[in-house]
Amino acid sequence: MTRKHVAAALALAAMTAATAVRADPIDEAEISINGGEVTLPTRAPAPAFLKDVLPEVRSGWLYRDPDTRAMQMDDFENPAMVFVDQGLESWDTADGTVGKSCADCHNDIESMKGVRAAMPKMNKAGDSLWSLENFINDCRVNRMGAEEWGWNSPEMKNMTAAVSLQSRGMPVQVAIDGPAAEWWEKGREMYYTRYGQLEMACANCHEDNAGRMIRADHLSQGQINGFPTYRLKDAGMVSSHQRFVGCVRDTRGETFKAGSDEFRALELYVASRGTGLPVEGVAVRH
Amino acid sequence: MAENVKPRVKVPKSASAGDVITLKTLISHPMESGQRKDADGKIIPRSIINRFVVDFAGTNALDVQLEPAISTNPYFEFDVLVDKSGEFTFTWYDDDGSVYEEKQSIEVA
Repeated sequence: MTRKHVAAALALAAMTAATAVRADPIDEAEISINGGEVTLPTRAPAPAFLKDVLPEVRSGWLYRDPDTRAMQMDDFENPAMVFVDQGLESWDTADGTVGKSCADCHNDIESMKGVRAAMPKMNKAGDSLWSLENFINDCRVNRMGAEEWGWNSPEMKNMTAAVSLQSRGMPVQVAIDGPAAEWWEKGREMYYTRYGQLEMACANCHEDNAGRMIRADHLSQGQINGFPTYRLKDAGMVSSHQRFVGCVRDTRGETFKAGSDEFRALELYVASRGTGLPVEGVAVRH
Repeated sequence: MAENVKPRVKVPKSASAGDVITLKTLISHPMESGQRKDADGKIIPRSIINRFVVDFAGTNALDVQLEPAISTNPYFEFDVLVDKSGEFTFTWYDDDGSVYEEKQSIEVA
């Protein structure tokens, strides 16, 4: 090997090492919030159906920059809390022809503890899989006589943020058997189906390449336990369906709509991939 | 009148005399710059917080003039040297004449 080649090889080795360090998730075992007031584990054993593909499931928090991680470690600095506050306000505000607020039936919002951890789930009638947004709109229309909120409207995201926070720290546990099995199967199929001109499936990035860089972005496992999340890029709240739309769009594909059957099925499947990870209430990502 | 305006402050509950403590404040406010136009092409009138004042036990600690370029939900983080117990008063002045006030005490041993 000539001297020039050695130098080139060394430079390459150094570059590879630097990239590997930068791209790996950090080692932290938990997210410590407000100086330890709340601690959220960042890892969980992979669910049985993923045993062969993933060693463990990991929070997206582990893949983000130190500054972004720090924002989520202090509720005062977590920009999502502004929206949680707005959600709490609307929880107590009467709306619609019946003149009732959420609090009139559900009392304090703490009664929603655990709700987010089990979403999405089959509705009462058992004929459809519902996301948290569907349950909220069902209440608005049928109990309050109010107008539906748009899936990604600020009002809806404020409310889902406030409701999610009540389950912070509880492990995600969605039902994927019984009537939900069909939806789960559909979601699983979508996860491995290549979409768009770029022909990319969710799995290509979030299963095969989690931890690596895709151009300037650091790929995570694509877990949704932190949603709705404050996304720095959007300077606002983002729902999981909004994120799904973004991913499918990035494959240069025609996307499904937020709230569609397809994305609710995908939400169930992706949620089940994060079984055991804690609801992060409102996470911060970039 | 700006909607959903809510001031928040974070002050340590206690400190030792002579300590430099960090205060954090945030007020949710749209900070409409007055430069934007609505769908009909009409200018959306300026509506911002234009002044932020912090007093400690009757002494002024901070007085800031805010300009339209400052983004939504202005956040301030700053250090204050405390040598006695007292009350912090935080006051935000809105373009529309509203004044938002928040108080918090600190024990200094």
